[in-house]
Order: sequence, then structure tokens, then C-alpha cells
Amino acid sequence: MTNHWNDIQFSDCMLVIGGNPAENHPISMKYVTKAKKNGGKLITVDPRFTRTAAVSDIYAPMRSGTDIAFIGGLINYVLENKLYHDEYVRKYTNASFIISEDYDFEDGIFTGYDEDSRSYEKSTWVFERDEEGNIVKDESLSHPRTVYQMMKKHFSRYDVETVCSVTGTPKEDYLKVAETFCGTGAKEKTGTIMYAMGTTQHTVGSQNIRAYGMLQLLLGNVGRAGGGVNALRGECNVQGSTDFGLLFHLMPGYIGAPTQSERHQSLDAYNENETPAAGFWSNKPKFLASYLKAQYGKNATKANDFGYDFFPKGRRNYSHISLFESMYDGEIKGMLIWGQNPMVGGANVRKVRAALQKLDWLVAMDLWETETAAFWKEKAGSNPAEVQTEVFMLPAAGPFEKEGSVTNSGRWMQYRWKAIDPKNDSRSDSWFAHNLAIRLQKLYANDNSEIAKPFKAMDWSFGDSDYPDMDLVNREINGYDLNTGRTVNHFADLKDDGTTSSGNWIYAGFYPDAAPGEEKNYAKRRDDKDTGMENYLNWSYAWPANRRILYNRASADLNGKPWSSDKEGIWYDKAAETWTGYDVPDFGVATSPSDPGWENPFIMLPDGKGGLFAAGMAEGPFPEHYEPYESPVPNAFSSVQLNPAVKIWGGDMNQKGEAADFPIVATTYRLTEHWQSGSMTRNLEWPSEIMPHMFVELSEELAKEKGIKEKDKVVISSARGEIEAFAMVTKRFKPYSVRGQKVHHVGMPWHYGYEGIATGSIANYLTPHIGDANTMIPEYKAFLCDVRRA
Amino acid sequence: MIEVTRRQFLKLSGATAATLAVIELGFDPKKAQAASKELKIAESKVTPTICPYCSVGCGILVHVKNDDVVYTEGDPDHPINRSTLCSKGNSVRQLFTSDRRVKKPMYRAPGSNTWEEKDWDWTLDRIAEKIKETRDKTFVTHDDGMPVNRTEAIANLGGAALENEECYLIVKLMRSLGLTNIEHQARI
Repeated sequence: MTNHWNDIQFSDCMLVIGGNPAENHPISMKYVTKAKKNGGKLITVDPRFTRTAAVSDIYAPMRSGTDIAFIGGLINYVLENKLYHDEYVRKYTNASFIISEDYDFEDGIFTGYDEDSRSYEKSTWVFERDEEGNIVKDESLSHPRTVYQMMKKHFSRYDVETVCSVTGTPKEDYLKVAETFCGTGAKEKTGTIMYAMGTTQHTVGSQNIRAYGMLQLLLGNVGRAGGGVNALRGECNVQGSTDFGLLFHLMPGYIGAPTQSERHQSLDAYNENETPAAGFWSNKPKFLASYLKAQYGKNATKANDFGYDFFPKGRRNYSHISLFESMYDGEIKGMLIWGQNPMVGGANVRKVRAALQKLDWLVAMDLWETETAAFWKEKAGSNPAEVQTEVFMLPAAGPFEKEGSVTNSGRWMQYRWKAIDPKNDSRSDSWFAHNLAIRLQKLYANDNSEIAKPFKAMDWSFGDSDYPDMDLVNREINGYDLNTGRTVNHFADLKDDGTTSSGNWIYAGFYPDAAPGEEKNYAKRRDDKDTGMENYLNWSYAWPANRRILYNRASADLNGKPWSSDKEGIWYDKAAETWTGYDVPDFGVATSPSDPGWENPFIMLPDGKGGLFAAGMAEGPFPEHYEPYESPVPNAFSSVQLNPAVKIWGGDMNQKGEAADFPIVATTYRLTEHWQSGSMTRNLEWPSEIMPHMFVELSEELAKEKGIKEKDKVVISSARGEIEAFAMVTKRFKPYSVRGQKVHHVGMPWHYGYEGIATGSIANYLTPHIGDANTMIPEYKAFLCDVRRA
Repeated sequence: MIEVTRRQFLKLSGATAATLAVIELGFDPKKAQAASKELKIAESKVTPTICPYCSVGCGILVHVKNDDVVYTEGDPDHPINRSTLCSKGNSVRQLFTSDRRVKKPMYRAPGSNTWEEKDWDWTLDRIAEKIKETRDKTFVTHDDGMPVNRTEAIANLGGAALENEECYLIVKLMRSLGLTNIEHQARI
């Protein structure tokens, strides 16, 4: 989230799209309700009339997989009707920048496309520069190649008629959404977009979010109370686990993991090629050197590039889909799993199971016997005698049987204290990691080979107890001034000369200025007094730098005053010559009106301006609608059907379904009573009792066509497989009219599996291995199926 | 140490006071019922935690008495949820009281159709040996003249349900071992 949960109450309009907070983030609705009491409007855009829709002022149905068409239409509506926040757009975004003459777009394809590699060469996606290298601008926005004009041209194709024919939204509903949400372009108003996996789990997932970001920049809604682009994250620490780099392409703090390439062949090469000249990331070498110092301790010296060579260099994409594809191909021999359950949560589960069967060994640590730990059993559809995998199932301690912090969606790093000893013979995941590290150190103790070196270089100093000392872990994450032994106050204190360490620079400062033995963990703070605008600056700690709303410089106008008096964030105190306010400024506090950066609120970007045009994306600098991998209709916007930059996975067990055989659009969703792959709820009596069965939700019209009655057992089939579920016939799905054709839409929860108290079919037997072009997140939310009575 | 706020302190002393008041209750069944609810958590040790489910990050108080979790409730001082919880958050006590938890390290041998109970010592040794064996067989120190120090034959999955410190330790260990296949829920 750019903002945080309590902040939603300040919104004039909440657009929920690709999320369902009433059912999946129930407590967040307190703040939605509060905003509504203050006159704010709630809009839900979703394929299904969810419980969030039920309490909304406006509901607009939208066929799954058509967000860019929907939002593209709103962008067009804003531009055509001049509803944008004029000063904000002119000064805080790159609307006035002039795009290179070499850039173009035609029939769904941007310049630089290579069909063979299905990727873009992006050298034309740039701005015109003058002789001194400065970006050429036209603040009148009238030059035909300004971002503003090019964006206007691009989205002029997203007229209401075309958009509604693609999304299947009734025109009057669409216009209500457009009028209401785009009204937040008024300078004193803010609107927020609340989204979740309904947005991301598409072949165009990243561009969906980018489209949201663009709309919010145009309306002047970023950096302000009641505004923002807000991901409603689904797991208690998925924010933290991402921050800490449990992803192939990242090191902690979003520093890109080095790869086997010329660009990264040494620390110098990495720093030279990955450090922008301006913007906050120009400090990257300091964060990286400090991270390597934390990783390798005394074995990281200036002479050995702080151990940069020890760090593994990958040679390709190892994302979740790729990982299971290479396991299926026999390249991965062993796997450790910590509280994850890919036999339920992975896409294309039939292939996941076949991949697991090829492992030599599997370690699964969890509170429960998960479907993944039991993949070799008959009930999983395996023949145990034929599965040669050694499986270790380890009992994990529960969340209040250990201590440590979790970071919520609003980036609040909150501490959990230990309430009781671990149940049975269970241990915390940190205990297991710690003891495994120590056993491995013993195994390698007398091994002086080249292979042993990178592992032996690791610094592992977390005390002599059986459990790692959490306080030492926290100090290491925060970082030290290695000369004084005190913890650093701020990431600005980090250096690239080896005199500081920090395990995760974005968290530097949560444990500030502490001498050895002095405890100062701000994740433990519990002062619940409102410090203004419900930012609760003394409750826990929010990264970065305890900032609660990102880009908050944009909450103030060109004079440094808040755009509106009831949405104050930070402001410039002329007398004191400093930025101050209800939040920690996301800006140099001493930046004065005469400083060149005064009008540059987006300090993480080299030019400080919100990117309406951005070259960072795989499939183009502007979002463009493409149909899902499996779609019932041809693309109305161009002759390019599928996102031209996605990787197409061939091979066995990943068949593509065609509309002739599988005419129904399917999506998956979550229920209030269950959570993720279900292990943490289907093993508990209460949630199992109130939501006991797997079902498929379908419209009355489809049920009638198929002769299906409520509670009938039905078979749902896709090109990858078939599952059984009970029919739940509701008015919440309606047939869509898409490009003149009737299209049925169904949905089903993905929580169920064969372990636990409440069991049922695994929805992900149906989903394909195809992912977003930027992130490779699987397209769970739009695939084709058919249904019939069992 | 945990800072127990004034409100929590009052709440706890209130619960203790209820044990005395119960004598004077007479025969009003409603009052008796309300008091017995208080009794259950009387003198329990209260520890704040954060809900393990979605990412709203609600505060929960865990009441422990006689080595058992006797009660859990929404944390009244937590600025986000102020006591309220959803149906999942309200079920967290069962995470401890459930008899379905994995009790011991379990091992399944190749081709076997059953789990065997093992102790931690054996389990740790065996897993460490497996990791070393796979790593050593597949480790690549250089590729195309460049130091790459990796193994592509071991994968590490998970983390979104763990704590930051745990994520940090796991990443540290796995990167030092040379893993490139590191993924978790955030990707899917």
C-alpha cells in the first residue's frame, strides 16, 4: 500500500477493483464504512456481485481480465472531459516531457518488438533531450509528442462503447463509475484504489496496476490522505517476506539480485550498470555494500568486493512457474518449503504433483500435514510405491509460540511476543534455519574446496543458545556503524566503504542508535495515541523511515501547502525552513522553494516526476488491453490477441483451452472463513464447520441452460483437467454481453484440498502455467472451462 | 518487556476482581454466566500478537493459564482493529488447542506408504547431509569465466506466513548455499 488501513477513512471515493475487502480483509471495512459516513462513495468493479459490492454505492460488473480496457476508458474519460488535477499533472508528473520521435505504436505493438524472443528492445521508449542532456518539456502540454498528447491519443481508442463491449459492463453503470471516481480529480478531493489478486493474477497483471497508477496520478490522488494505489495484501507477512527478498530476482530491500552477465561481473560493474545518476536509488552502492557486510561479516572486505563473488549469480528466470517447470524437467533435486502449499496454491497442480514426484528429497515445515507434504499418498492421486522422494515433515511452532515481527499491508512492522512454548515437539522456523545452518557449518568444517568457500564465508552470529537470539537478528537487519558498534539511525547513514552493515536497508532505523545490550526495537512500540490523521507514528514502525504515506510531498501544492485542509499530510514551514506535518516527510526536509528538487515529489525516480509514460515495463510504456491467454472473444483493440511479451510455456501437461470446447470464463476467489491453501483454517473446527464444502458459483441462467440445480454435484473441466464441486446457483453472477456475444462466467474458491477437516477439490487443477510478462504471476483469474452435472 | 497499557491493566484487574464478586452473585443466571466468562481468563498471562491470516495486521491478545491458551480476543489498544476481529482472527485459539498439529518430525522413506516418527537430531543431520550432497554434486563455481557460485538443483519455497527475522535468516542461509531457486507466495 502507498497508504495504510486507517487512512482509507479520509477518502472521498473508494474504487475496489480486483479485491473484495468485505470478505477477505473484513476489518479494513471499518475504515471504508467511516469514509462512507463522511460522505465518501464506495464503488466495486468485479466479475461477481461480492459482499463488498453489496454495501457499495455503485457496482459495475466487469468480465475477468479486462481491467486495462476498463481503466483505459476512465483515463480517456478524464482526459476528454479535462477532469484531471491540472497543477499536479503539469508539475508532479512527466506529462510535459516530449517523447522521442522514434517511438510509435501501431495495432497493439510498440516500437522495438522482436517476435522471436517475444520481447521489446526499449531504446525508443525515451524522451527527447537537449544538447546538455536535459529532457525537453512543454509545460503547455500542447506539443503533439508530449506524454500528455501521446497518452491522449493512445487512450482515445478506449471510448465508452468499445470499452463496455469488451468488459461487458452495462454502459449506464460504467458512466456512473466514471463520473464518480473521476470527480476526485478536483484538487480538494482524493480517491483511493483498493486492489488485490483479482488485479495481479493475469498475463497483464503488472500493467493493470500501472493503469491504476496512471489514473491516480492524473487525478492527483497519489501521496495524499485518502488516496493512493493500495494493494490489499493477503498474508500476514507477504509484505515483509517480499521486503526480505525471498524471490529469485531480489536481494533484501529490492536491490536486484546479481546475474551471470557482463553487467554484473564484478561489484564495480554491478554498481555502474544498476545505479541511476539521480533519485534515491543513486545510493544503491551504499545499500549493497552494507548488505554484503551483513551477509559475510569479516569475510567481506574492500579487497574482495565485500564478498560480491560469493553471492550466487543466476542465469535465467527462476520464478514459481519456471521453478516447477525445471523440477518437472528433473533439474531440481531437493526442496525446502516453509509454510507454503503448492499442491493447492500453485497453478496447474497436476503438473506440480508430477514435478514433486521427481524430487530426491523434500522438506516441508508447517503446523499441519499439508497436501504438499502428502503429495506421495494415494489420496493425492499418486502411487506411493512409485514415488522415490524422501520426505521430511517438520512440526512448526504457531504464530504466538515464538517471537518476531510481521509487516502488514500498510508497511507497519509489528511485533509478536511469545505467549507460550511451542506445542508438542514443534520448533519455530528460525530455530530450524539456525540449527540447519550450524549442522551445515559442521559438515563443511574440514572442507576447504572452492565449493565450500562461499558457504563458509557466511557470517552467522546469532548467539550460542538453541534458539537464535532474535535481538541480535534484529540489530543485524537494522544495521551497525561498524566503527562504534552502535546501530544506525537511518538508511542515509549507510556507506559503501565497508564501515556500515545493514541486512535490509529499507528497515534501517527501526532499531536506532543502540549501544550493544541496549534494547530499542521500534517494532515493539505500542503507543496508540493518534499523532494526527491517524498515522500513529509511535505505534510500531513503518518502513521506510517510519513514513506512513509514500510520496507524501505530493500532498502539498507548489507552495508547499496542503491541497486541501482536511487532508493534510506534510507542509513547508517557511519560518523554520523545514518540511513538517503529520507524517515523516518523503522528501528532503530542508528542500526549500529555491532548490531544484522542490517540485519533484517522486524521489525514488531519477527525474522525480510521476511516470505517466514509463519504460520499465516489459510490454510497453502505456498499458494496452490484450485478452487473457484463454479468452472467449477476439481482442477488440488490435489484432494482437495475447500480451506479446509473455512467455508461452509449451511441454506436457499445459494444454491451452479454446472457446469452442470451453466457452465459460472462470475465476477463483477467497472466502472469509478460509485462508489461502486452507491449511491454517481447514484444520480448525470453527472455520471448517461454517464453510465445509468446495463449490462452484454460477448464474441462474447458466444453471438453467445446463440443467443444474443448487447443491448438485457438478464437474468443472478445463484443458488441464476436471474437478468435482457442489453447484451454488446465485444472482451474483450474470451472463455477460461481450462483443455481441453471450458469455457465461463462473467462480470458485481455491482453498480446498484433501487434507484437513473440511476437504474438497483443488481448483488449481484447472489453471494454466502462463504468467504476467513482468512478474510471471500465474493467470489464475481468467481461464476457460465448461461445467456439467456429475 | 511488553508494555501493558493502562486499559489492559484495568481489564486484568477487573478480571481478578470478578473472582471475589462471584460470591455475592446470588442466583441471577445471567450475572453468573457473565462472571464465569471473566473467571476463565482470571489470572491468565496476556500477550499481544498479530493475527496470522490476512495483512490488515490486527492485534490479538492471547490469554495463557496453566500452559494452555485459554482465550484469545481482539486487542482493544490496537489502532487498526480496536478489539474487532473477523471469523478467522476469532479462531486463532484453535491453532494451539488443535490435536491435528504435526507432533514430531516425520519421515517418509522412498517408495514407502507411511510416515515414521523421528527425533530432531536425526532429522537435522539427515537434511543437512541431503543438502550438502545435492549441493556438492551440482555446484557451479564459474560459468563462462565468471564466478557464479550457485546450485540450481535445490529450491526454497515459502515465507509469507513467517516473521521478518525468519525470512532474513532463511534468505541468508539459502543465498550462502548458492541457491537461485528462491520463491514464495508473493509470486503467485
